[in-house]
Amino acid sequence: MNDSLTHRRVTLFAGHYGSGKTNIAVNWALALRKTGAPVTIVDLDIVNPYFRTKDSKQELDTAGVELISSPYANSNVDFPALPQEIYGAVERRDRLAVLDIGGDDRGALALGRYAPYILEENDFEMLFVANCFRPLTRTPQEAFEVLREIEAAGGIPFTGIVNNSNLGNDTTADDILAAQDYAAALCALSGLPLRLSTVKETLIPQLTGRVPSLFPLRLQAKYYE
Amino acid sequence: MADKVLMKGNEALAEAAIQAGCRHYFGYPITPQTEVAAYMAKRMPKIGGCFLQAESEIAAINMVYGVASAGKRVMTSSSSPGISLKEEGISYLAGADLPAFIVNVQRGGPGLGGIQPSQSDYFQSTRGGGHGDYHIIVLAPSSVQEMADLTVKGFDLADEYRMPAMVLADGTMGQMMEPVTMGSYQPKTVEKPWAVTGTRMQRPHNIVNSLYLNPEELERTNFERYARYAVIEQKEAMYEAFLMDDADICVTAFGIASRVSRNAVLAARAEGIKVGMLRPITLWPFPKAPFAEAADRVSAFISVELSMGQMIEDVELATRCKRPVYLCNRTGGMIPSPEQVLAKIKEIAGGLK
Repeated sequence: MNDSLTHRRVTLFAGHYGSGKTNIAVNWALALRKTGAPVTIVDLDIVNPYFRTKDSKQELDTAGVELISSPYANSNVDFPALPQEIYGAVERRDRLAVLDIGGDDRGALALGRYAPYILEENDFEMLFVANCFRPLTRTPQEAFEVLREIEAAGGIPFTGIVNNSNLGNDTTADDILAAQDYAAALCALSGLPLRLSTVKETLIPQLTGRVPSLFPLRLQAKYYE
Repeated sequence: MADKVLMKGNEALAEAAIQAGCRHYFGYPITPQTEVAAYMAKRMPKIGGCFLQAESEIAAINMVYGVASAGKRVMTSSSSPGISLKEEGISYLAGADLPAFIVNVQRGGPGLGGIQPSQSDYFQSTRGGGHGDYHIIVLAPSSVQEMADLTVKGFDLADEYRMPAMVLADGTMGQMMEPVTMGSYQPKTVEKPWAVTGTRMQRPHNIVNSLYLNPEELERTNFERYARYAVIEQKEAMYEAFLMDDADICVTAFGIASRVSRNAVLAARAEGIKVGMLRPITLWPFPKAPFAEAADRVSAFISVELSMGQMIEDVELATRCKRPVYLCNRTGGMIPSPEQVLAKIKEIAGGLK
């Protein structure tokens, strides 16, 4: 797992909406923080008004991860605003930055504004999050289509794939194993390496050694479960 | 696609509508139901269907009227303020006895309100919503699976009884993601000899209309329609009883409030309090029978709602006020926590001792 945690200064997570980007970004930022490095997480989502990085604010605060998020996230203001502090996170090279990009090409549009800075520094990983159990990315071809659309909108080329295939709390080890071919096919189609296999932490013992680049995820507890 | 997928409530609803045979969607974007339209925009062109973003909610509901008149399965979706705009058209659909499927993913109100979840359109939907004597069928899902299943059910009921059917969800229900199984639906095929499809010079003209020049005829039509409503109240009421067998207190909630309440009921049971839950699945027709029956056994009801208390009136009516009905609520986009509901249960249980 330590292998998976090698990183560049900026890690960007993008993908189809509902693919799990926010949850992964939060877990990734917390894991980086544990190494002692100063970490900033940026919520770049201008699409989804519910379920935001800000939901994890308390946990991030406690761990000492700086959160930059729209002041309107989780409020009644349906307003795609991005705070000016995002430039700081992109430009302050003494801190690690984790960017949670909004879903699909529409969500990735917001990234275009910061892309020149990130490309110039050239110390980033742009990761495509895919879940084969999501309806519009069920096949590697469909996922690849979304990947290309996001690249075109966001202006930053992907450098790796995150296989986040899951069925939420119902996910079994067999589901994860069954998704291996999907991830391999997506890697082949895109010519990108499999960077992480993200799995809810309770399944890690069953999957260690059977799935490459495992990265454990703690899922957010919800009041309705 | 019979295996499990991970879907948002809004997506599951949209996919289920397609599987129910709906090929016409007319809408206008509004948070928190926009994924329904987004999903339809992607899928409809691939299956020979029609996705059309209308210029307004009023235009969209009248497009629904048009396709419904032609006897095809058709739907629209919106959220609270948008549904208010559609109510005129819904009244016309009811007045013309047209089947149609309408989705309200509720947000906080009144007015423009806010984008966070709410259940404060209960009165609006269960009392008809627009002008005139009429009802629509109102279905209240409490999981992503039910968002899908009740959509298919809604299309079937609408066709069977020639009237609009609505899924009344809320922002959380639309946005939350859960595993869902689809693909084994067998939607009903209902003959529609009344549809305006062209006579081919072989039958008299069909006329779809809600205007009656003769008041006696309008009255007769209303009486006939209410006779049909009586059948629906008899046959179609749906509910879930949870731990009600030995319950002394009955919590009642629908949609997201029932998810929260279920946790609170389990927590109260763990503390030895005999509490159960009745969850209406159809809000109109309201499942009166299980409430009337429970009123003979339990000491009190607690209605948990994301509103200032709307369903509570139906509980009081169904139980003829035999037992006190207490309200446990949040409003304006806020959701009661399991702890809040548990505290209310304890308070009532304490008062009973």
